[in-house]
Amino acid sequence: MKILVLIKQVPDTTDVKIDPETNTLKREGVESIINPFDMYAIEEAIRLKERFGEGAEVVAVSMGPPQAEAALREAISMGCDSAILLSDRKFAGSDTWATSYVLAQAIRKLGDYKVIFCGKQASDGDTAQVGPGVSMHLDIPQVTYVKRIEKIDEKEATVERMTEEGYDIVETPLPVLFTVVKEINEPRLPSLKGKMKAKKAEIQVWGADEVSCDEDKIGLDGSPTRVVKIFTPPPREGGQILEGEPDEIAKELASLLKDVVIA
Amino acid sequence: MDYLLTEEQQMIKELCHRIAEEKIKPVAAEYDEKNEFPWDLVKVMAESDICGVYIPEEYGGMGGGVMEMAIATEELSWGCGGIALAFAATGLGTYPILLYANDEQKEKYLPDIAAGKKLAAFCITEAEAGSDAGGIKTTAKKDGDSYILNGTKQWITNGGEAEVYTVIAMTDKAKGARGASAFIVDKDTPGVSFGKKEDKLGIRGSATREVIFTDVKIPKENLLGKEGLGFIVAMKTFDHSRPGVAAQAIGIAQRAVDEAVQYTHERRQFGQSISSFQGVQWMLADMATQVEAARALIYASARMVDSGAKNIAKESAMSKMFASDTAMKVTTDAVQLFGGYGYMKEYPVEKLMRDAKITQIYEGTNQIQRSVIASSLIKEGLSK
Repeated sequence: MKILVLIKQVPDTTDVKIDPETNTLKREGVESIINPFDMYAIEEAIRLKERFGEGAEVVAVSMGPPQAEAALREAISMGCDSAILLSDRKFAGSDTWATSYVLAQAIRKLGDYKVIFCGKQASDGDTAQVGPGVSMHLDIPQVTYVKRIEKIDEKEATVERMTEEGYDIVETPLPVLFTVVKEINEPRLPSLKGKMKAKKAEIQVWGADEVSCDEDKIGLDGSPTRVVKIFTPPPREGGQILEGEPDEIAKELASLLKDVVIA
Repeated sequence: MDYLLTEEQQMIKELCHRIAEEKIKPVAAEYDEKNEFPWDLVKVMAESDICGVYIPEEYGGMGGGVMEMAIATEELSWGCGGIALAFAATGLGTYPILLYANDEQKEKYLPDIAAGKKLAAFCITEAEAGSDAGGIKTTAKKDGDSYILNGTKQWITNGGEAEVYTVIAMTDKAKGARGASAFIVDKDTPGVSFGKKEDKLGIRGSATREVIFTDVKIPKENLLGKEGLGFIVAMKTFDHSRPGVAAQAIGIAQRAVDEAVQYTHERRQFGQSISSFQGVQWMLADMATQVEAARALIYASARMVDSGAKNIAKESAMSKMFASDTAMKVTTDAVQLFGGYGYMKEYPVEKLMRDAKITQIYEGTNQIQRSVIASSLIKEGLSK
C-alpha cells in the first residue's frame, strides 16, 4: 500500500531578516527547512505505514529547485522509504493551481496510492491551497485540517477534522487526500540508521516531460494567479458582549443593530 | 575545535545534540526536581538508534566504540547529566558483555540493548567495597549447573529500571580479588529485588538503588569469561567506560560555558553587559579553554582505547580525572558569573554544579584515578 506525503522546502522563518530597503525577505544565508506543518504530515504518513505494517511504503514528493532534495533526504531520515523531486525550469513561477497540477501528474505516474498527506499550509505562502488543489486535479476526496485518524483500512477512513469550535467526524472512501494540523501528532526526530539511509538514497528527479505535463498549465504562463498587492489586513475590531436578562439584551441588541445596519 | 570526526560520528554528535536541545533540556529541571526516571526520553534515544552506537552492527548496533559512546554521552549530558545516564550507565553495564561474553551471550543480550528495549547496569559497589573491590561480600556459589547469588549491591545506576545486570561476586572468597567472577543476571530472576531509591545531590534524573540478591539461581551459562576473572572484567570495563564519565562531565561543563556566555552578555551592570568587563572575559576564556583541553584528552584517549591498544588504564584514568575536575571548576565558575541568580534553582547553572560533582566520585574517585595513573607511570618508568 502506497502512502504519499507532499512536502515543501521553505526558509526557516525563525531567523529571517527583512531587507529594510526593499521590504522583502533576505533569502541569502537563511537556512532552508521542511515546512513545519509538513513535518506532521510526514510523521502521520510514517505512523500509518507502521500501522499497516508489511507491504506499506511512504513516498515523499516535493516540487522545487534542485536544493529541495535536502528536504526529501530529511524525510527519508525520519522513515520515508523513497522520495521524488519535481524540478524543472519550466515549473518556475507556478502558482498554487499549476503546482497542484504538476503534483497531481506525478501522483498519477506513481499510481496505486491510498492516502496522500499534506501539511495544512506552507509557512511561506500560507495559501493552504496546494493540498486541496491536488485532490481536485486527481478527482479524489479531500479532508482538510485533520487532527486525528480514528479508523482506517484499505477501503475507508474515519477522521476528526478540526474546526474553530471543535471538530467534525468525517467518513471518507480511499484514496483520499488529508491535510493535517499540528494537533495530530508530535513529529519524531530522525534516526541514525535513517540518516545513513538518507545519505545514500537516490532521489529521483522528474521534469515536465517525465510527468507528462501540458505545458500550457505550468510555470508562470500556466498560472492564473496574478499578485497585485500584498498587505496586512487591518485587525478585526473587538466585539461587544451584552449582559443582563435575555429580553433586555434582545431589546438592546435590536436598537444597536438598527444604528449599524445600513439599508 | 575541529576533531576530524568521521561522517558517522558527526551525525551522532548532531543528532544527540538535537535530542538534548529539543527533548531533554526542556524537561531536565522537572526530572531533577521530581527525582524520576526518564523513560519517555529513553524511548526517544531508542527510536533515534542512539542506544547502540557502541555496539557491533551484527548485534543491531551502529558499530562504533568508546569514541562514539563518548560523543553521544557528551551531547546528551549537555541537555542533562542525569538523564544521559540512562544511556551512559547502560554502556557501563554492557561493556563486560562486549569485552568478555561468548557469542551466545552476546546474541542473547546485545540486540535488545542496542535497540534500546533493555537498559543495563553494572553492579560492583557494596557498602564496604567501593574502591577496594577485594572487599566484595556478595557471593556466587556453584550448585550443579547453576550459581546461587547472595548479597547486596549499593548505589547501582539504573538499578530497578535496567533489565540486564552485570554483577561482580565472589566465587572463592579465600582468593581475595582473584576469587571474584562476573555474571549476567536478568532482572526477572527470582530473588532479585531492589532497595530504596537514593535521594541525591545531583544527577537526579537517574535511578540509583540497591540491588539485592537473595538465593538468586542463575544458569552457569551466565558466567562471563571464567571463574576468577571478575576483577579483571571490572578493571577492563572501567578502562572502557571512564572516557564516558569524562564525556558526561564535559557535556555538563560545555553547557555551563554556553549558559555563562549567554547570561553575561544579557546581564547589564554599570550600564553595560558584564561580558564587556575584562575580569568576566578572562573567566570565560579560561572556562572555554579548560573544557576544550579536556575534550581533546577524552577524544584522544577514546581513540586510543578503540585502536585496540593494550595498556589504556592510564590514559582512560587521565581523561576521567581531568574532565571531571574541569567540570567541577567550570560549573562553579558559571554559578559565580551568574552571581545571586546562579545560586537560585530558577536558573540552570546550580544544577550543573550539582550534577558535575558525581563525575569526580563514581567509577573510581579522582584520588583512585591518580593512583592508577601513578602506578602506570612508575611501572613504565621502571621498565625503561
